[in-house]
Amino acid sequence: MLKIENLNIRKDDRVILREIGLAVNSHEIYGILGPNGAGKSSLAYAIMGCNGYRPYQGKIIFDGEEITDLPIWERARLGITLAWQHEARFEGITVEDYLMLGMKKVEGGELVEALKNVLLDPKEYLKRKVDKTLSGGERKRIELAAIFTMRPRLAILDEPDSGIDMLALDRIIEFIRDLRDRGTTVILITHRADVARIAKRAALIGEGYLVREGSSQEVVEYFENRCLVCPQFR
Amino acid sequence: MRDYRMMVKAYEEAGGTPSIFKDPKTAHLVVNQNSVLGSRSTDGLTLAAREKEGGIDVDLRVDEGIRVANPVHLCFGILPKEGRQEIKLNALIKNGAETTILAHCVFPNPLKVQHIMDATYVLEDRAALKYEEVHYHGLTGGIEVIPRTRIRVGKHASIRTNFTLIRGRVGRLDIDYQAEADENGIIEMVAKVYGHGEDEIRIRESGRLFGRGARGLIKSRIAVREMAQSEVISEIAASAPDARGHVDCVEVVQGEAKAKAVPLVSVLHENAQVTHEAAIGRVNQKELETLMSRGLKEEEAVELIIGGMLK
Repeated sequence: MLKIENLNIRKDDRVILREIGLAVNSHEIYGILGPNGAGKSSLAYAIMGCNGYRPYQGKIIFDGEEITDLPIWERARLGITLAWQHEARFEGITVEDYLMLGMKKVEGGELVEALKNVLLDPKEYLKRKVDKTLSGGERKRIELAAIFTMRPRLAILDEPDSGIDMLALDRIIEFIRDLRDRGTTVILITHRADVARIAKRAALIGEGYLVREGSSQEVVEYFENRCLVCPQFR
Repeated sequence: MRDYRMMVKAYEEAGGTPSIFKDPKTAHLVVNQNSVLGSRSTDGLTLAAREKEGGIDVDLRVDEGIRVANPVHLCFGILPKEGRQEIKLNALIKNGAETTILAHCVFPNPLKVQHIMDATYVLEDRAALKYEEVHYHGLTGGIEVIPRTRIRVGKHASIRTNFTLIRGRVGRLDIDYQAEADENGIIEMVAKVYGHGEDEIRIRESGRLFGRGARGLIKSRIAVREMAQSEVISEIAASAPDARGHVDCVEVVQGEAKAKAVPLVSVLHENAQVTHEAAIGRVNQKELETLMSRGLKEEEAVELIIGGMLK
């Protein structure tokens, strides 16, 4: 479904991703693992097409079509979306409006189901604003609920586990599996080995390079025990 | 009678509900240019308007302890393309009284129109007033709006004002609101304006917290595009123990527009505190890209963000 070929990205005169090549299959959960600052979020922004993350070399191919030069919104309309690690706040926009943004057909039941799936009470949250009155954890869950209502073909989840308490973590993992079962391919970015294990396959990024790719079990084991570019081994 | 019907129709087209003018329990005043077309007082609330040369004097008084159930509707407008309206409004909200005023200012076709408001609000102790002023200006831009308001908030009293001009062209807007609050008094002043074309927006809102425990918030949300210009001066001075103030200004700039924000905060007592935050510039890139990642084009995302901010 998604193929990345020899991707190189420079930001502020520094190369932040080098020679990245990987392929994600339809309907799989694909993990991207790595320490802080490795380039995981940069890869997410590059796939989404964010400003400042256009490659100077390499290609991004989605469903056989090269999307390297497409703007964000065109990629979104092809079915790609991103759940941001540090989510934006919006003054005056309700949770209800926010959840409806990417929906092809608006159904009230879908909004309720989406919020329940991330353990938020629809009665309390639908009319609330997506602004700074929400806690970090609440905002994170609403971001995931918005991915659920959008029903994308490819969802990039950038650290969906950050800011989530341990009790809710199991539910979030379940949510990611549900998303896959509804037909969404998931790229799951995390630096937590326990979360990465739900992926079928995974890649390890370190210092901007793809260090290793394989089954999530194998990559997690390598990340935890033998990754020479990871800080714990320096 | 014809003018009255046209004024009410213009009010309805601007989003108002004309049935309120027939409701005997709702106080109202309808003014076209400098002619009083209709008015009504209700129990405990006196609304009196007098025409004079070049303008109108309005007295509004809410008697002690009266809690007015329905909002008072003030409908000001100039229907012709040219004209000048000058209103002097004196409002007295007596001890413990509470009311809400909704002022609708409708100028549908202005080419050379001037609306001048000179208002004084006195809130006695424990009184409460919500004042919402909504403007609709049409798209021609030939209008000057100059509201000057002085507010005195008594002990444990509160005023909350909300000025909104987001439909149609602004023209030239020059707001000057000055308020002062006594012990545990509350001042909240919010302005939301969207400027286009060559609109000029100048807002000066000032709160003086001189009573112990007084609270003040001055909040402005301004968007300017094309060649429009805005200048927002938000001032809070706290001079009493436990007085707290906050200034919150966001101005979003697009195209060739220009914006300036001047927060003026002063603390004149060691146990008082005033904070301020201001953000001026383009629409936040993160907000923009988040909405675009849901499939909105850049222009659609900008409109949604600005619309939310001004809501």
